[in-house]
Amino acid sequence: MISLAARDVLHAWGKFVFTGMGLGLLIGVTLTMAGVYRGMVDDAKVLLNNSGADLWVVQQKTLGPYAEPSSVHDDLYRSILAMPGVADAASVTYLTMQVRQGERDVRAMVVGIVPDGPGVPGYLVAGRQITRSHYEAVADIATGFKLGQLIRIRRHDYTVVGLTRRMVSSGGDPMVFIPLRDAQEAQFLKDNDAIISERNRTAANPAFNRPGVLEAVIDSQSSNPFVNAVLVQIKPGFTAEEVAEPIRRWKRLQVYTRAQMEEILVAKLIATSSKQIGMFLVILAIVSAAIVAFIIYTLTMGKIREIAVLKLIGTRNRTIAAMIMQQAVGLGLIGFVVGKISATIWAPMFPKYVLLEPGDALRGFIAIVFICILASLLAIRAALKVDPAEAIGG
Amino acid sequence: MEDGTKQAEGILIEGMRKRYGEGDTAVDALKEVNMRVMPGEVVGLIGPSGSGKSTLLKCLGAVIEPTAGRMTLGREVIYDNGWQIRDLRALRRDKIGFVFQAPYLIPFLDVTDNVALLPMLAGHPNAESRKRAVELLEALDVAHRAAAMPSQLSGGEQQRVAIARALVNRPPVILADEPTAPLDSQRALAVIRILNRMARQYQTAIIVVTHDEKIIPTFRRIYHIRDGRTHEEAGEGREFE
Ligand SMILES: Nc1ncnc2c1ncn2[C@@H]1O[C@H](COP(=O)(O)OP(=O)(O)OP(=O)(O)O)[C@@H](O)[C@H]1O
Ligand SMILES: [Mg+2]
Repeated sequence: MISLAARDVLHAWGKFVFTGMGLGLLIGVTLTMAGVYRGMVDDAKVLLNNSGADLWVVQQKTLGPYAEPSSVHDDLYRSILAMPGVADAASVTYLTMQVRQGERDVRAMVVGIVPDGPGVPGYLVAGRQITRSHYEAVADIATGFKLGQLIRIRRHDYTVVGLTRRMVSSGGDPMVFIPLRDAQEAQFLKDNDAIISERNRTAANPAFNRPGVLEAVIDSQSSNPFVNAVLVQIKPGFTAEEVAEPIRRWKRLQVYTRAQMEEILVAKLIATSSKQIGMFLVILAIVSAAIVAFIIYTLTMGKIREIAVLKLIGTRNRTIAAMIMQQAVGLGLIGFVVGKISATIWAPMFPKYVLLEPGDALRGFIAIVFICILASLLAIRAALKVDPAEAIGG
Repeated sequence: MEDGTKQAEGILIEGMRKRYGEGDTAVDALKEVNMRVMPGEVVGLIGPSGSGKSTLLKCLGAVIEPTAGRMTLGREVIYDNGWQIRDLRALRRDKIGFVFQAPYLIPFLDVTDNVALLPMLAGHPNAESRKRAVELLEALDVAHRAAAMPSQLSGGEQQRVAIARALVNRPPVILADEPTAPLDSQRALAVIRILNRMARQYQTAIIVVTHDEKIIPTFRRIYHIRDGRTHEEAGEGREFE
């Protein structure tokens, strides 16, 4: 027996290929949507990996520092260093803002780090780490900054001394690392007028009008003693939970392990986006099904006479149903190939990282085959209703 | 059964009736049809519009069920006030060939496979089926177009391919519905000539429904059908070769 489906497809290949390409672009979009989601998850994991931290110590009852604002005192790291199992600890700040380079503004997440402490970017693609405690920066390559360039963050200029890669915030903004002191200043910096009026107000307060007190108060007001979190590295031989638990208990702080942080990023922060993308996937699946159903139905209706003849000369219903279903699946296959190729071509052009996972492609493939089979049912029903007597006519 | 064993070959129809619908709206399309077509014989079936020709072909072709009567094919009683055979599809595939007014070839199969499809459907291997197809195409003078697609053939060639398809499973009966309607008189006569030759060669009983004045004189025997009743009469049986 020959394959009626294949013969029909070969005969009308133009129609098939064009429909398949249209479907393919749709499938490409679908795969890309999945890739956007995977990219977000992967970015989150890379962010955690490259943070160099085993534990995140943040303000009590917050999901900080990535998913919620958190504020802890900047001398906290000292007492944490003294806790059992802690190898290293350093304060860190995160602030999303515009960074100016020449005429260009880049939206970036400015990360304040302690040089040599946890939180230093894991590896550089060019240049060196920050060594001085002021006005040096390491930027993610996605910012477009070059080594040696001057970038402006708030009121100060920083020299780009190193470039790193795949360091983006959960919102997709590339990171710019600067020394912690500078970052603290940038984060809480008031403009000059505000500082002067604040000073005047403090000076006018009789409670501070004693020698030495006024100076100390003003000093405390114009510096910023807060950071967003403390990153902790643990000693070998300790589990994350072993180290985290005493900090939680004694310091009345929230401590997250690597696994918990991942859970927060993926389940809380990316959850809305993933629902959004899930919705897209559902719509795209329905649209693809509608297209396949419509095309296969139209092609089948165009063959009603032939189907009547086939039935009259003794073709089994099963053979006719298989012919239609194979064509639908064939359409899906063309679509999948076109979709996979186009997604692979355009994925790198997206501003955010798009991760095309083979597993998603496989799941997509199964879904497409399933959708095509479902979509062919309408046409099959119509074909099976054709009366072989129609071939004889009136 | 006695009749069937005495007349061991060809097709025999006795007292066939067909009523469409029920009650007030019922139409008695066939009231009394009696026919016998012997192997190797080509008979004409003619009658005015609405007389029941198509209805009769559909009954003979086992695509609609008669209301009453008896039909014998070869030694086998096909219908006796009810189908005597379970698999009507296999009956159509193996015992009855169809030729239509339009050739209704499958547009996406080449000429050979259009013909070979039937033995393939009956479970014969592709190679053997194609061999049989090519043999018939040769007999019908279209073997040189064996690799062409139906749309690339002339009307007469298409009709010959359709005849090859009707013959390929060696059915004892071929039902032809206006097979010459779209052809000019020369081609029409050529088709009739082929049908006669094939009928003799393969011992097939062929029933040709037609309005076509050009070919009516060629039949030796004609069944007139009028208002659902058949009347047999001798034809001119004019020599045309
Ligand atoms: N499916 C049907 N339901 C009800 N009545 C039908 C049906 N098919 C045919 N008829 C009626 O049966 C009668 C015979 O119809 P049939 O189609 O067999 O005629 P015909 O001889 O083939 O005519 P023509 O030469 O015009 O094709 C007509 O009166 C027709 O209206
Ligand atoms: Mg008719």
